[in-house]
Amino acid sequence: MDHFLTLVAWGWAGAQALCYALLAPLLVGWIRKCKARLQNRRGAPVIQPWRDLIKLMGKEVRVAHTASILFRAAPYIVFVATWLAAATVPLAASTLPTAAMADIIVLVGLLALARFFLALAGMDVGTAFGGMGASREMLVSALAEPAMLMAVFTLAMSAHSTNLASVVDSQLAAGLVLRPSLLFALAALILVAVAETGRIPVDNPSTHLELTMIHEAMILEYSGRHLALMEWAAQIKLMLYGVLIANVFFPWGISQSLEPASMAIGLGAVVLKLAGLGILLAAAETVLAKMRLFRVPAFLNLALLLGLLGLLGYVILEVGA
Amino acid sequence: MPLVSLAGSAAVGAGLTALWHGGVATVTLPLGLPWLPWRVRIDTLSAFFLAVIGVVTIACGVYGTTYARGLERGRDSLPVLGGFTGLFVAGMLMVVLADDAFLFMVSWELMSLASYFLVAFHHDQAANRRAALLYLIMAQVGGLAILLGFSVLAAYGGGFAFENMRGAHLSFTWASVAFVLAFVGFGMKAGLVPLHAWLPEAHPAAPSHISALMSGVMLKVAVYGFIRFVLDLTGQAYWQWGVAVLITGSLSALMGVLYALLQHDLKRLLAYHSVENVGIIFIGLGLSLLFLSTGHVLLAALGLVAALYHTLNHALFKALLFLGAGAILHSAHERDLEHMGGLLRRMPWTGLFFLVGCLSISALPPFNGFVSEWLTFQTALQVWQLDSGVLRSLVPIAAATLALTGALAAACFVKVYGVAFLGRARSRHVRRARPVPPGMQAAQGMLAILCVLFGVFPTSVVAVLNAVPVQLLGRGLPQITAHGGLWLTPVAPATASYSAPLVVLSLAGMAGLVVWIWRRGAARRVRRCDPWDCGFARPTPRMQYTATAFAQPIRRVYGMLFQIDEGAEPQADGSARYHLQVGDRAWGLLYVPVVSAVESAARRVVRIQSGSVRIYLGWTLATLLVLLWIIS
Repeated sequence: MDHFLTLVAWGWAGAQALCYALLAPLLVGWIRKCKARLQNRRGAPVIQPWRDLIKLMGKEVRVAHTASILFRAAPYIVFVATWLAAATVPLAASTLPTAAMADIIVLVGLLALARFFLALAGMDVGTAFGGMGASREMLVSALAEPAMLMAVFTLAMSAHSTNLASVVDSQLAAGLVLRPSLLFALAALILVAVAETGRIPVDNPSTHLELTMIHEAMILEYSGRHLALMEWAAQIKLMLYGVLIANVFFPWGISQSLEPASMAIGLGAVVLKLAGLGILLAAAETVLAKMRLFRVPAFLNLALLLGLLGLLGYVILEVGA
Repeated sequence: MPLVSLAGSAAVGAGLTALWHGGVATVTLPLGLPWLPWRVRIDTLSAFFLAVIGVVTIACGVYGTTYARGLERGRDSLPVLGGFTGLFVAGMLMVVLADDAFLFMVSWELMSLASYFLVAFHHDQAANRRAALLYLIMAQVGGLAILLGFSVLAAYGGGFAFENMRGAHLSFTWASVAFVLAFVGFGMKAGLVPLHAWLPEAHPAAPSHISALMSGVMLKVAVYGFIRFVLDLTGQAYWQWGVAVLITGSLSALMGVLYALLQHDLKRLLAYHSVENVGIIFIGLGLSLLFLSTGHVLLAALGLVAALYHTLNHALFKALLFLGAGAILHSAHERDLEHMGGLLRRMPWTGLFFLVGCLSISALPPFNGFVSEWLTFQTALQVWQLDSGVLRSLVPIAAATLALTGALAAACFVKVYGVAFLGRARSRHVRRARPVPPGMQAAQGMLAILCVLFGVFPTSVVAVLNAVPVQLLGRGLPQITAHGGLWLTPVAPATASYSAPLVVLSLAGMAGLVVWIWRRGAARRVRRCDPWDCGFARPTPRMQYTATAFAQPIRRVYGMLFQIDEGAEPQADGSARYHLQVGDRAWGLLYVPVVSAVESAARRVVRIQSGSVRIYLGWTLATLLVLLWIIS
């Protein structure tokens, strides 16, 4: 561990965190673009989410009379916790100190911290929609978080480490082997990612004024720079899950040293992987319909079951082998 | 009350000193029975629990001085409250110091009886009297089981001193009999499912700082008794025990949090969360036993440290939350969440400290509850080292339960904080709540600061806790400080590491960066306006989500686990009235059958009660003769 606790490594870790913040809106723009093309529309340019963010930052903030101080602090806490969670996921190189600072369980914990404040902010103004969104978000997360932990525990156990960098390294060392536990974990993680980032079929990111919305209902009262932070945090979270799936299950291309050249290759590889995942997500969202809220528990229990099967598959079948 | 705080500080001092030195000190007091003087002993385990009891006692003592003044009305007398509080704390401290079964049981009963009177303090309400009676019965049944457990050990060890018991050699059967008795006895006091049903009745009935002591500390004394009995006195471990503890712990954690989610009485909700957290502690202990029985002493030490850390954390944040609930009760005279709202603006300090408690109990980084759950997960993740496939597959299921529990706890505390402190007041007296006096705020603040400190500097805490497994299991965690105080590396640096100080620093640094950019780039005007709420004009406080509404989706998903009586009756004026009653299934499954069995047995026995003194004397004589015949 010591060998990468240098100042240079911390510098690269900071650069990686900035990459997340810069690329996340572009990923969302790319998914929207793909979706538009699939629906025979031209769609907005890929940098449109960035334009939206910058425009929101310049607008004045309106805060309800009934809001407390928590309402104004929450966007910063949500954004920073999500951003730090993302910074611990290896993007271009697997040898950064951030993964040792906060392992997978801390990653899940940081996302839970962000969600906690997001839900509280939803309840703060005292409107009906905010409470509804918070209640539903906590239902979804209460079911999704254990499924996510089961999936990452499968990875952690097979790598004998909860350090995400070690997990990636052990995946690389294992090579292309088809293991049942990993397949189950991948399936579980995809279902969780869909639910946690509020995509179809669990939630619809482009809906407003609907009784079915979850995430949008919580941030309904936000405006200006507060809204920009909330939106940005959601975009980073989407990218986080994308990178997690891409780099843990398909780690090829990621750099294992701090050489600028190999890190550039790693960055290129991850951008390509994310672009591919974006096309898949856009295609899935085009063919699927959103489900009723009370179908979501069945969906997430399936994720939990898959995660548990992956873990059991590992401890029963693969430990000795 | 100040005296109670002093006793607490003395306990903290003694406990910390003993933990640091890691030695054992024994004293024999010239008290007790002639052939059995009271033996007192302090080792690292009792020192740790001494310190935990002490910290919470200090806070509750400071808090109680002010809080009790608000209770003074009618027949409730403060000297009674103060006296029994003192006896209660003394009982708890003596339990952890006792070195023979006799003193242990005497102090245990002192603790139980003193707390009975504290539960019955507001005895003018029938529900409180009923709760106190139930509590007394359960405490006595539990005490009986513990007594029998000690007798098994004493019979083999040849004496009631713990020293003799340690030397006893028991067969698996007898050791298991003793284990089951101790598990039932201590588990009943600790509130493990399915023996927990008394706990949410009794704890909320007492004054709030006593609830904090009972939930925060008295349950821990039961945990202490269990660890002392199983890991120290029997000196053996079998995987069957580990499995039993693990399954009971997981069930308690899950059922505790699910029942808590459906409560809307704040103190009752907190009491159900104690069931959950005791379950988490027993998951750690179960893992420890499991690894100990299979010869993985290092991992057993890790499980024990995780359990002890959670014991400490739960004592802190549960006491903090109960004191917060007491503050709301003190200034708004309200325990029901459905009538609260907007308290953050009325009581900002209490609101801040309560938020820290909520974040800690929901196991969110960088607060203390997260560290102990992290350690428990790390222990569970080492399960691949076990040989048996059945055990290997059992532990992940327990880990899944723990993960579900954590997520549900977060949902529950979003509900509590969102409904009570955020939004708008739902009743007039809550709208007029005032901040509580500084003494009460100081007690909450102290506990909140400790919650943060124990979350941000876990390495130092674990390094101190490490003395307990070193003494008890003969081996500690050698790798904890392998990379200095910044990194918590319980097993090995390559396996898992967590650096809470760096996480906090990064969070602060990133927040600073964002604020700096915002200051330069973004528009800074903030305008106050009416809520938007999708264009609905002027929403009233009654349109907010209530606690029941918040938990409704979860109630629907896990409906089969509860006894739910729900419905709407049409009223005379054409409106409808909705009612919802959530019952605890443990009542119907365990308590009601036992009660009816006792009642039918009593009905049979009552036949010999004729009211004639001569017949009673006849019975007495006959009993005496039979007993003499048995003895001779």
